[in-house]
Amino acid sequence: MEFLNILLLLFIIVCAISVSLTKNLFTSIVIFMSQSLAMSVIWIMLESPDLAVTEAAVGAGITSLLLFVTLKKIHAIDQQKKGATGHGQDQE
Amino acid sequence: MAKIRNDYEHSWWPRLLQWLEDGSTTLDDELTDEIVESREGHLLPSHEDVAAHEARLEERHRKTLEDEQAMYDHAHQWSKTKGARLVDWIYRIMAVVICVSIIWVLLQTASYLPPFGSPDNPVNNEVSQRYIEKGMEETGAVNIVAGMILDYRAFDTLGESNVLFIAACSVLILLRVSSDKKHPGSVHQLEVEADDRMYEPKNDMILQHITAFLVPMILVYGVYGVMNGHISPGGGFSGGAIMGAALILYLNAFGFKRTERFFTFKTFKVVSVCALSFYAISKAYSFFTGANHLHSFITPGTPGMLFSAGLIPYLNIAVGAVVCCTMYAFYTHFRKGDM
Repeated sequence: MEFLNILLLLFIIVCAISVSLTKNLFTSIVIFMSQSLAMSVIWIMLESPDLAVTEAAVGAGITSLLLFVTLKKIHAIDQQKKGATGHGQDQE
Repeated sequence: MAKIRNDYEHSWWPRLLQWLEDGSTTLDDELTDEIVESREGHLLPSHEDVAAHEARLEERHRKTLEDEQAMYDHAHQWSKTKGARLVDWIYRIMAVVICVSIIWVLLQTASYLPPFGSPDNPVNNEVSQRYIEKGMEETGAVNIVAGMILDYRAFDTLGESNVLFIAACSVLILLRVSSDKKHPGSVHQLEVEADDRMYEPKNDMILQHITAFLVPMILVYGVYGVMNGHISPGGGFSGGAIMGAALILYLNAFGFKRTERFFTFKTFKVVSVCALSFYAISKAYSFFTGANHLHSFITPGTPGMLFSAGLIPYLNIAVGAVVCCTMYAFYTHFRKGDM
């Protein structure tokens, strides 16, 4: 249990750092999602299942959905597909 | 009354006004003067004169343009090399300064915190003791968290629900595409909808079948979370978020036409406002009777029953409705600026 705890915490730290270092916005949202999911598992291990449910629904679900829709709105997804990685984030 | 100076015509303000009005500059004036002077000599200017003037005009025009170009180039070059470097430098210095000051403030705050786990910390007072010992007896909620946030600290939760509602309102203000009721298919709206459907198939069979199977279960789980908020872990916020997520999934699979049958902007308005006002009014009644030691018809009931714990289940439903509507409104407005 202790081992799993440490593993999850390390995973969260690595995720948090890589979210800010990733050039591709799409990838960083996916990493952010997985960080939220790991966080919800940690909430369960801390015996607060209501927080875990909220974290999974809001953090991993709705927040990332809104971020995806925003990426679509500013046409960041298709530009990244065209221009390989990283360079297509600024609009037009 | 202010006197107009004799040389008013030549001061900078009227010159600026004149320049703004007809765009003529002193250079143009000189040119016209020259032409007028040359006209005074001969009554009719010869072709050579006109040609020479035109050539001189051209020359001046070209020179001015060249000067301007040189000036622009110089300015542009500056902004590209030295200016960019200067701004970059300032940015870096400011970033470091702001970072260090924030770190300093936060560390200063942290140094004033009481030591962790010490028994005479301000956290360890009689409030938490009372919540733990008498919470179930006083509120009737088995889930002590629900008893705290919806009974002892119900005012706080009202503020949170209102924050969500205000957030939805700001999204409405920022992202709502103005829709004309008389002409439903305006160009702008159609554009937004076409843009919205750019990357996804309209009727994806796999997604639709899975959604038809999953959405009822997710919805029921959300309703369970809301209704059982005072008995088991869960409550208005998490249950409402789950219901909102289920609605968003349904919307993604079946499109706006299907969801608009049961969830429009009017639904959002009515549900949010009714839930918030029910929360405010019922809690006002409960606070009023509680503070004045009046008899209240709200009783804790038998702990563990579905309809017990006084107002808590109803408040949970209100909060869940607000959260669900807000999440759905966020999503629809991010997508096409309408519901």
